[in-house]
Amino acid sequence: MFEPRRSATALVIVLTMTGVAAASIGGAVAATYQNPAAGADPIRGTGTYRAFHEKEGIQRIIDDFVPRVVADRRIGKFFAGVNLVRLNHELVDQVCYLTGGPCAYTGRDMREAHAKMALDNGDFNSLAEDLQISMNKEKVSFRAQNRLLAKLAPMQHVIVTRK
Amino acid sequence: MKRLSVSLILLAAACGLASTSGARAEDRLFDSEKLLLTSGVSNIEGAGGGGLASWATITGYETTHGIGANIHATYVHVPDYELRAIGGSIGLFDRVEVSYTRQAFDTGATGAKLGLGKGFTFHQDIVGAKVRVVGDAVYDQNSLLPQISVGVQYKHNDRGAIIHAVGGKHDSGVDFYVAATKVLLNQSLVLDATVRATKANQTGLLGFGGDRSDSYSAQFEGSAAYLLTRRLAIGAEYRTKPSNLGFAKESDWGDVFAAYTLNRNLSLTVAYARLGSIATFKNQNGVYVSVQAGF
Repeated sequence: MFEPRRSATALVIVLTMTGVAAASIGGAVAATYQNPAAGADPIRGTGTYRAFHEKEGIQRIIDDFVPRVVADRRIGKFFAGVNLVRLNHELVDQVCYLTGGPCAYTGRDMREAHAKMALDNGDFNSLAEDLQISMNKEKVSFRAQNRLLAKLAPMQHVIVTRK
Repeated sequence: MKRLSVSLILLAAACGLASTSGARAEDRLFDSEKLLLTSGVSNIEGAGGGGLASWATITGYETTHGIGANIHATYVHVPDYELRAIGGSIGLFDRVEVSYTRQAFDTGATGAKLGLGKGFTFHQDIVGAKVRVVGDAVYDQNSLLPQISVGVQYKHNDRGAIIHAVGGKHDSGVDFYVAATKVLLNQSLVLDATVRATKANQTGLLGFGGDRSDSYSAQFEGSAAYLLTRRLAIGAEYRTKPSNLGFAKESDWGDVFAAYTLNRNLSLTVAYARLGSIATFKNQNGVYVSVQAGF
């Protein structure tokens, strides 16, 4: 039997879901268009950015992180000849952008930036671990750290070329 | 025990090699470069996983270019029984896992009540192999695809006569399983769902097949863990089991656990396990402790 009220409710639900889906696709497209080189769309909302203690906190994290990776016996060699001041700026912008902060990433595309480095999964993980240590030092909650790592982890597919 | 000491020596030698290996990518076969906790722990059957469930993760901290290994010692104490397990496992290139574990299911004083004699102990040897088929539990955060592995476990119990006396059909059996594991970093969760085809009674500790049924059945095991820190996860598990033996109804198993990893070489798992009814003795709920060492 045709039940108008139930059908109407179902229609409203379907329309709402379609709207939400369209809005999320729209948002994703807009973000990608805005900063495709950053490697991922930013995290929604400002909660994660605040958990990173905003731009100042991210700056402290990267100030700790860059010398940490350079000194890391596992991956330090990859930073030989790299402009560390520029790297610092780009990483701050990238983390700020990805955590939902008001920054634009102007650095190189993730694939292009790592293309000649012949990185493997171990290198990728070592860098992630150094970042975890730096985020711990800034006392970023583990939940918020993982929300950023969720954005960074899929970049393995383009950054790691020695699979 | 002789086999175990051989594997211990091999592991010690490999640990030595790992610590002396150079920093150059080309040299580091024993790279130990998975992220902390992402390799899982050695479960009760020696497979990489949680405590009760076998996961799709490959044991050890090796990446796709390396070799990892673990040894584990596990102790379960419930009111009327005790289970001890000790074994070793090797992970090859984050692709293949092989494992061996020997379990001792000690009936203690309960043995006398069951007419087996005080301290009667079943031993079970488990040889396992697992292959990662598709996906990566950690990297694939932009897709819903989990890491999926298939595994096989050959189990042999040394108490065939008793197993037959209580209605069991075989003293050895083979389990087949498909495991799907996903780390949801955005939620700080690790989820696993595994389907196992098995004939095992109490995972083989009471043999395989029985007077009620001697066919394979599909059973479920799963874990959900919350990552509290880089080193600490808490969670719960559930495992269904067939009930093939007429003399004693078999219960599903469950636990709540905490897994702590000191570093890539040492981790500790403690759990409160609910093992239900075992050989007519009900409410077998108690403590589970497992130590894992490796790289």
